[in-house]
Amino acid sequence: MSRLVAFAAIQGGYKVVSQVEGELERALKSYDASTKIGFGNTAYYLPVIYSLTGMKCETLEDLKKPLEFARGLLPPHLKGANHLPYLGPLLDAGMAGIFAYEIKEAIRILNQPDYYTFTEDPDVDAGKIWVGPADDTILRKRGVEFVDGSAPGFAAIVGAAPDAETAKMIIEDYQKKSLYIFCAANHNGKTAIEQCLEAGMQIGWNTRIVPFGPDISAAVFALGFANRAAMAFGGVQPGDYRKMLMYNKNRIFAFVNALGDVGTEWAVAAAGAVNWGFPTLADTDIPEILPTGICTYEHVVANVPHNEICQKSVEVRGLKINVTEIDIPCAFGPAFEGERVRGGDLFGQMGGGKTQCTELVKMAEMSEIEDGKVNVVGKDIGDMKEGETLPLGIYVQIAGREFQPDFEPIMERQIHHLINYIQGIMHIGQRDISWVRISKAAVEKGFTLKDIGVVLHAKFHQDFQKIVDKVQVTLFTNQDDVDKLTARARAEYKTRDERVDTMTDEDVETFYSCSLCQSFAPSHVCTVSPERTGLCGAYNWMDCKASFEINPTGPNQPVKKGKVLDAKLGRFEGVDEFIKGASKGAIDTYNFYSMVQAPMTTCGCCECIAAMLPSCNGIMTVGRDYAGETPSGMKFTTLAGVMGGGASSPGFVGHSKFNITQGKFILGDGGLLRMVWMPKMLKEELRDRLNKRGEEMGVKNFADLIADETVGITEEEILPWLQEKGHPALSMEALIG
Amino acid sequence: MAEAKQAPAKAPKLADPMEASIEASTQEMIRRAQRLQIETVFDRAVTMKPCAIGLQGICCKNCAMGPCRLPLPKDGIEGEDTRKGLCGATANTIAARNFARMIAAGAAAHSDHGRSVAETFLAVARKETNDYTIKDPAKLIQIAPYFGVATTVEVDGKTMDRDLDEIALGVAEAAMAEWGKTGSTLAYLKRAPQPLQDKWKEQGVLPRNIDREVVDIMHRTHMGVDQDFKNLMKQGTRCSLADGWGGAMIGTDLQDVMFGSPSPLQSEANLGIMKEDHVNIIVHGHEPLLSEMIVAACQSQEMIDYAKEKGAKGIQLGGICCTANEILQRHGVPPAGNYLQQELAIITGACEAMVVDVQCVFQNLANVAKCFHTKLITTHPMAKMEQENVVHIEFDEHYAMQDAKRIVKLAIDNFENRGADIMIPRHKMKQIAGFGVESIRYHLGGSFRGDYYTLNDNIINGRIRGIAGVVGCNNARTKHNEEHITIIKELIKNDVIVLTTGCSAITAGIHGLLTPESAAVHCGPGLAEVCETVGIPPVLHLGSCVDNSRILLAATEVVKAGGLGNDICDLPAAGSAPEWMSEKAIAIGQYFVASGVYTVFGYHMPVDGAPVFRDHLYKDMEKIYGGKWDCEPDPIKHAHKMIAHIDKKRKELGIDKARERVLMDMADRQALGMD
Repeated sequence: MSRLVAFAAIQGGYKVVSQVEGELERALKSYDASTKIGFGNTAYYLPVIYSLTGMKCETLEDLKKPLEFARGLLPPHLKGANHLPYLGPLLDAGMAGIFAYEIKEAIRILNQPDYYTFTEDPDVDAGKIWVGPADDTILRKRGVEFVDGSAPGFAAIVGAAPDAETAKMIIEDYQKKSLYIFCAANHNGKTAIEQCLEAGMQIGWNTRIVPFGPDISAAVFALGFANRAAMAFGGVQPGDYRKMLMYNKNRIFAFVNALGDVGTEWAVAAAGAVNWGFPTLADTDIPEILPTGICTYEHVVANVPHNEICQKSVEVRGLKINVTEIDIPCAFGPAFEGERVRGGDLFGQMGGGKTQCTELVKMAEMSEIEDGKVNVVGKDIGDMKEGETLPLGIYVQIAGREFQPDFEPIMERQIHHLINYIQGIMHIGQRDISWVRISKAAVEKGFTLKDIGVVLHAKFHQDFQKIVDKVQVTLFTNQDDVDKLTARARAEYKTRDERVDTMTDEDVETFYSCSLCQSFAPSHVCTVSPERTGLCGAYNWMDCKASFEINPTGPNQPVKKGKVLDAKLGRFEGVDEFIKGASKGAIDTYNFYSMVQAPMTTCGCCECIAAMLPSCNGIMTVGRDYAGETPSGMKFTTLAGVMGGGASSPGFVGHSKFNITQGKFILGDGGLLRMVWMPKMLKEELRDRLNKRGEEMGVKNFADLIADETVGITEEEILPWLQEKGHPALSMEALIG
Repeated sequence: MAEAKQAPAKAPKLADPMEASIEASTQEMIRRAQRLQIETVFDRAVTMKPCAIGLQGICCKNCAMGPCRLPLPKDGIEGEDTRKGLCGATANTIAARNFARMIAAGAAAHSDHGRSVAETFLAVARKETNDYTIKDPAKLIQIAPYFGVATTVEVDGKTMDRDLDEIALGVAEAAMAEWGKTGSTLAYLKRAPQPLQDKWKEQGVLPRNIDREVVDIMHRTHMGVDQDFKNLMKQGTRCSLADGWGGAMIGTDLQDVMFGSPSPLQSEANLGIMKEDHVNIIVHGHEPLLSEMIVAACQSQEMIDYAKEKGAKGIQLGGICCTANEILQRHGVPPAGNYLQQELAIITGACEAMVVDVQCVFQNLANVAKCFHTKLITTHPMAKMEQENVVHIEFDEHYAMQDAKRIVKLAIDNFENRGADIMIPRHKMKQIAGFGVESIRYHLGGSFRGDYYTLNDNIINGRIRGIAGVVGCNNARTKHNEEHITIIKELIKNDVIVLTTGCSAITAGIHGLLTPESAAVHCGPGLAEVCETVGIPPVLHLGSCVDNSRILLAATEVVKAGGLGNDICDLPAAGSAPEWMSEKAIAIGQYFVASGVYTVFGYHMPVDGAPVFRDHLYKDMEKIYGGKWDCEPDPIKHAHKMIAHIDKKRKELGIDKARERVLMDMADRQALGMD
C-alpha cells in the first residue's frame, strides 16, 4: 500500500510548498527583502538547505531560491491505475516538504522572534516550553555525543500519546536507552512535551527530551541538527547531498515515532526523513513500507503498540543499544545526567557546603577486598527525614592485575557522571567538594545510598573490564569517618596534582595519539603530550595512557617522540612519521607549540579556538560556549567551520581550556603572554590558573591584562586598552615574520 | 513442433489460430486473413517444414564443392566421429563457422544501426542538420570521458564547463572512429566491471574496431581458414563484444543524447491501438532516426489539420518491432504489435501506410499490402523490395523532417482509398514503459538517494530472488507469445524481477505484464512487495534490441552498488530469449555469455549436429567467461533452469539463507562506508 503513502506525501508536498510560498510572499510584502533571517547563533544558515544544496540563506530574499527548488522537486500527482513508479517521486516530494518546512520556520522566527527560547532548557515556569533550533553551542556540546556514540541516536517524536502516562512510558524508555528525544508537532492540539510536563518530567537538552516546537514544521530542526553534526564533526561539505544523507544513514541512528493520525503534512515529513535513512513507526493503522533499501531496514511500520514502540523502533533502525541493567530501584542512563533535583523535589542532600562530601578511589591488593561488596557505614536514607543533610564519604577500592595507581584519578572522575546517571539523583563537583542531591521521587522508588555503590561497582566493571578485577565500595555517613577520609583524600589529591602538574613533555619518551574523532574528521590526528592535553578537553596524556592499557588496539596509540626536530616549536621525528601514516598522507608534519607555523590539526570537537590578532601582536582564544563576536572577526562557529575538519591552518589552533595555562601553550610563539583577549566567562573560569602561570612567566595579575568582550570585540577597540594596561604582548617580538 | 509433425493435407494447409498464438487479437486476425484468403507467416509455418539439416547447424555451403551436409544420426555416434565435408571440415568446424557467421550478421545489423546513429550525430555536431538536436546534454557529458573527450576546460586556472558543441563534436568524431580505428581497443570496454575486462584481456578477445571483427569472421569462416571451433568462438566472442559493448551501446547512447533518455511513461499495446476514424500509420523496423521525425510530423498541427481536411479525426501512429520500442520509450507512442503481428496490422484494412526501414521486415508485407489500400513504404537505401506496389522514399537525415512529412502526407492522402471491410481487434493493454539505466536509478531512491543499492539490498534480503533478462524475437515455429509469457510469469512468480527488451517487451506489454497492478497478481510475495514499494511493474521495459546494452550497463551498476560480488557473473542473474529467430539474437546471446550471463534460448539451437561444439558453448564457456549457453524449449523448465542458476549464485554469495537483522553499535557503524 505504498501507493497510498506516496499519494499522501505528494499531496502533502504540494500543500506545504504552496502554503510556504504564500507565507514567503506575505513576508516579502511586510518586510524588506534584505531583512535578515536565520536560526540564531549558527554558522550553518538554514542547515538542511545549506547542507544539501549549498545555498546560504541569510535574508528573506535568499529564501526564494530554495523554495523554487522545492517547487521543482514536486513530482506529478499519482494516477490511480497504471501509475508511474513513485518511490523516487515520493522521496523528492518529502525533500520538497522538508525544505519548505525549514523556510516556514525561518519566517516564523522572523515574525515571532520570541516564539522559541533558543536555549538548552525551556523556561517552563514562564510558560515558554519550546526551545526551537539548537544553536551551535548546543550542537558542539551535544553533537560530540552522537560522534563518540554516547548518544546512540535520536527518536523524533511527532504528535502526542493518548495520555500523559503513555507518553512518559515511551519517552522514559528512550531516556534509559540514552537516546535523545526530539519532539515536534501536535495531535489534535496536544503535544508529547505537554504530556511530559503533565507527568512531572523534566524537559530540555539536559534530560535529552528536546521540545523543538508544537508544529510538524519544527521536526526540521531534528534533521538540521543531524546535518550540522555531519558538517561540524564529519567533515561533510555543504552541497554534497549524497554523502550527507549516507552519513546520516550510516552514522546517526535516528527514527520517527508518529503518535496520532498521520495526515498529508506528517506524511510528507516522514517521506522526507526517509531520505536520511530515518524510518517512521506509527501507532496508527497507516500503510506500511517494509522492503529495505533507502533505510537500513523497514521504511514505515504501522500499528505498533505503545508498550512495544521503543523496542520495535530500535530494531527497525538496526540500532544496538547496550543498556546496563543495574539492580537499583531507579532508572539509569546518560539521559538522566542533566536532570536537576530542584528545591521542591529535594528529599535530602550531602555536601554542597552544607556538609562534607568526599570521593576517593584507591588501588587495592586482590586479596584485600571483596568484589561487589558495598558497605554503608552509618545512617542511610531510611534514617533521614525529608530536608535533612548527611556528610558522605565515597571510598572505592579497585584491584586488578593490570590496574595502576595512575588510573585512580581517571576512575575517580567517573563517579560524577555515574551517580548523575541515576534518575532522581543529582551530583555536582568532584573530589572533596562533591554534592549529592536526592529527590523525593527517588526515595519513593526505594533509593538508598547502597545503590551508589551498586552503580559504581557495575559500571567500573563494565567500562573498564580490562583493568578492573574487583571493586569494593564503602559509603561513610558518620562525621568522623568522613573527616578521616577527607584528610586522607586531600593528601592523595596533592600528591597526584603535583605529579601531573609537574610532568613535562621532556619527562616522557612516549606521546599518545587520539583518533577518536578520525572517522569524522578523516585527516585529523590528535597527539596528546603531558603539556598539550587533547583539544576536546576530555583526554589528557594520562587518560590516553590508561585508555591504551585498557584497549591496546583502541583510538589511543603510543607515539614514540623520537628525535627532537625543533625544541622551540615542538616538532618530533616520531610524531611526524606517525601522523603521516595515520592521516593517510594528508598531513606530514605539525608543531606542538606553535599556532603560527604548521599548527596541529583541529577537528570539530575542540573546546577553544585561538586566532592571531596581528595588530595587537598577540592572540585571542574563544571557547565554544561563547556565542558572541570576537576580535578575529569571527564567532566560534565560524572559526570552527574555517579550520575544523582536520585541517592544519596557520594562524589558528584548536585547544582545550586546560591547555591555556599549561607550560607549553604556544610557547614557540611566545606562550601565554601573547593572550590579549578571551571571553569574560572563560577568563573568570581560569582566572587563578592564568595568574599563576602569568606569574611563572614574570607577569603578576595577568588575567587583568587580558581584554574581553566588555572591553571590545574588534582589534581597534581593544588595542588602546591593552596599551593602557601595558600588556606584555605589545613589547614582544613581532608575531609574524 | 506439433504442426510440423502432422501429415501434409492435399489442400493448402492453414494454421489453426488457437494453436498459432495465445493472443486473442492475433487469433482473430489470422481467422480474418484466412477468410480473406490472404496467406500469413502462420500458414506458411504449417505448410513449410524447417530444413532438418540446417536445424542441426551442420550444413556447409561456404564453397562450391558443397553444400556438404553432416547430419548426426538419431542415436548419436558411438566412438570416433568420422563425419567430414569434402575438405575434411568436421561437424564442429561447420557448426562453429555457421554460428560465428550468425554472430557476424547480428553484430553487423546492430552496429550498422549504431553507425547510422553516429553519422547522424556527427551531422548534428557539425550543425549540418536542423531537425536533430542534443536533447540530453547530461548524457553527452556522462559518456564523453569514455571517448577521451574532456568535459571541462581550464580558463585562467579555473575549471569551467566546456562548450557543449565542442564536446559533441569530440564525441561524434571519436564515436565514428570506433568502427574503423587502429592500434587500440573499443572505448566502451572500460565501462565493464574490471574483473570482466581482465578476463577479456586474458582471453585475447578485446575488440579492435567494430567493422574489423565482422570482416575477421567473414574471412576466417571462408573455405579453408580457421578450422578449430574454439578459435572460431574466440573470434565469435570478440565480434559479439564489438556489438554489445560497441556498436549497439554507442547506438543506444547517441540515440539518448539526440532523442532523450527514456523515463517511465504510460502507454498501450496491441493492434487495438489502431483507430477506425484516424489515419493509421505503422512504423516498423529498427532505427529511430526516421521514426523520431515521423512522430514529430504526426504531432504537427499542419499534418493533423491536413488529416482532418481529408475526413479523418486525426493521425494514429503505431509501431511494430523495435522501431515501436524506440518511439514508445521516448514518446509513449503505442506499439501495434510484435514481429509476428506485422502482416496482421495491414490485414485490419485500416493501415494507411506501413513505413519500414531495416531488419525483421517480412517481404510478404508487400503481398499483403496488395490486398488493401495500404502503402508499403521502404525508406532505407539498403532495404528495398522487389514487388512493384512498394514505394521507396529514401530517407536522408539532412532533410529528415521534409522526408517525414512527405511520408505522413502520403499516408493521409491514402485515407480516402480505405476499403469498407475493416476490422481492428478491440484488444489492447495499458502499459508502463520507458525504463533505462538512469531512470531506474532515480526511481530507486529519488534525486537525492537514487542508487542501485536499493535493488541489491532487496536481492540480498531475499525479497527479490534474482534478475532475469528476457528478450528477443517471436518465431513462427513456436506458439506466438506463449514461451515469453509462460517464462516471464514463472520467473516473477518465483520473485525474479524481469528486464525485457525487443519483441519480448512488446509481448509482455500486450499481455498486461508491464502494469504495476500485475505485481500483486503474478508475483511471489517478496517481489510483489518491492514492486509495491517502488511502484514499478515486475517486468521493466528497457527498450529495443539494440538497448540490450542497457541491460549490460544496469548489471554493471548492480555490481558497482555492492554486496553482490565483483563481476556480472557473480550476480544472481540469467538471460533468456524464448522465441528467438534472428541472427542478432545469437550475437546478443554470445555477448551476454561472454559478459558472464547464463543465457538460455528457447525453441532450438543450430548446434545439435555437433555435440562437442555444443558442449563448448553449454559448458566450457562458463569456465572461461562465467556465463554459458543453454537451450530449453519447454518454458516452465526453461524458467526453472534460470532460477536454479540464480539459486546457485545466491549460494555462492552466501545470501541463500534468510538475512539476519544486524543491530549495530557505534563501532559497527564506524565500520560502514559513507558512499
